[in-house]
Amino acid sequence: MQNLITFIGENMSMIYIVILSIFVGVEVIGKVPSVLHTPLMSGANAIHGVVIIGSIIVMLNTEADNILLLSLGFVAVVLGTLNVVGGFVVTDRMLEMFKKKPKK
Amino acid sequence: MNQYILEIIYLIASVTFVVGLKMLSEPQSARRGNLWAAFGMTIAIVGTIFLYQSKDPNTQTSRETIKLAFIFAGIGLGTIIGWATAKKVKMTAMPELVSLFNGMGGACAALISLLEFHHNVGHPERISVIMAGMIIGSVSFSGSIIAFMKLNGTLNKSYRLPNYNIINTLLMIVTIGAGVWLTVSGSDSMSMLLLVFGLSILYGVSFVVPIGGADMPVVISLLNSFTGLAAAFGGFLYGNQVMLTGGILVGSAGTLLTVAMCRAMNRPLYSVIFGAFGESSAAASGVSSTGGSIKDISISDTAVLMNYSKKVVIVPGYGLAVAQAQHVIHELEELLEERGVEVKYAIHPVAGRMPGHMNVLLAESNVDYGKLAEMDEINPEFASTDVVLVVGANDVVNPAAKTDPSSPIYGMPILDVENAKHIIVNKRSMNAGYAGIENMLFYDPKTSMLFGDAKDALTKLVAELKTM
Repeated sequence: MQNLITFIGENMSMIYIVILSIFVGVEVIGKVPSVLHTPLMSGANAIHGVVIIGSIIVMLNTEADNILLLSLGFVAVVLGTLNVVGGFVVTDRMLEMFKKKPKK
Repeated sequence: MNQYILEIIYLIASVTFVVGLKMLSEPQSARRGNLWAAFGMTIAIVGTIFLYQSKDPNTQTSRETIKLAFIFAGIGLGTIIGWATAKKVKMTAMPELVSLFNGMGGACAALISLLEFHHNVGHPERISVIMAGMIIGSVSFSGSIIAFMKLNGTLNKSYRLPNYNIINTLLMIVTIGAGVWLTVSGSDSMSMLLLVFGLSILYGVSFVVPIGGADMPVVISLLNSFTGLAAAFGGFLYGNQVMLTGGILVGSAGTLLTVAMCRAMNRPLYSVIFGAFGESSAAASGVSSTGGSIKDISISDTAVLMNYSKKVVIVPGYGLAVAQAQHVIHELEELLEERGVEVKYAIHPVAGRMPGHMNVLLAESNVDYGKLAEMDEINPEFASTDVVLVVGANDVVNPAAKTDPSSPIYGMPILDVENAKHIIVNKRSMNAGYAGIENMLFYDPKTSMLFGDAKDALTKLVAELKTM
């Protein structure tokens, strides 16, 4: 119990980020037209690829001779990159089609 | 010093995520928004590689060549595969690709937790974060893979165990229970860890497998916000603000998007998850026997009918996408417009496989924005419409949604095509639609069926019209 309270106390700024981000997320999406649901979902999908940073940190913090950990970290980096790159590229492809439309 | 530079980079990246998402929700700025977010992501990744320093005195951060080589090789490989897949995929297959990429992110989060477990034993607060990241990431991974397989047709049935809701709930409780046990007991048992991992994967599968029909996009959106959460737990673990902001943003925006999709289909979220789609086959056979007869129409009759109409409304559905007929339909539309026929497209919010999917496809073939009408806008106009051409759509024009309380789609808002003077339905066969239910519209005396592949039939129709 004490652990938990210390943990919360030490990470107060994190908790602020969480709470405010929740509101920002809700606010930002608020009035999206249904036309854009799919690209938006795809764009959000690319953004959570930010998890790749975690996999890079794992790699940086391992001993250089621990090949097993490095290999697993490598797999994680590949997966994360797929999420990021694939996500942004596919979103761009979708939106490209909207762009060349002459606006009415 | 480096630490501060990195934090500033993270701050910039977080802002680009927020601004990017905001811009993504408006048509004019959407593409730039996506590029901004991608830019933020790039600097965050590069910054982490070169500037990251662990704040924990017990962990050593170092940059030996071999590690950097592994990292860059991973990024290189992921970029090549991701880029090529995303560029090559047909626009029709896009929803399942989004699901697949989402699964990759979930797997990445789960792997991080697996790797971080061992040297965090003894810090229950960190283990709890690691457990949460692993369970959510794994569920998102296996769930997304199942959703991917369902959408691309590898897995086209909804299997259900008897009492699957109870089994799933129990499985979830056991999984979370095992995670809590690992956290509280301070055990460093690797086999226990793998058990939690395995259970989470299993739960993801059993969670998505029973869900079918038109509910798939909702599930993908939900899993999308799960992965966001998993990323956010990673951010908590490392005290990393950009992972936290990005993850939570997607988590909350994704949840809201999920709710918005549910609202478009008039189905509460719990009934998507615990609901009854796919159990309808028994009910469907009952309807078809009382259905009456259907009427065929030939290509030339269709051409004549359309040529002499004042107003034609096209209702595109997934069948149009599968047949890649979005270009032909545009040709048909232009041809009719030349002859003074007013043509509009009626886009149901969940037409295709995802909200907005049809708009993307029609935009690809240069259909004018102004011709795409949303459901609320077009519904009153059907009464003054001469011909409705339904191409590969089914459930979204099924009057059972309004008239038959026992139908699984009852309550879903639909396009009121039955108010038009003539309805022509292009379908490959009399098979039921994606939700697996019979459509009474096809037996309506005003309805004629134009059987055949959408692209084929429309090409012939265009050729026929040109001779007139």
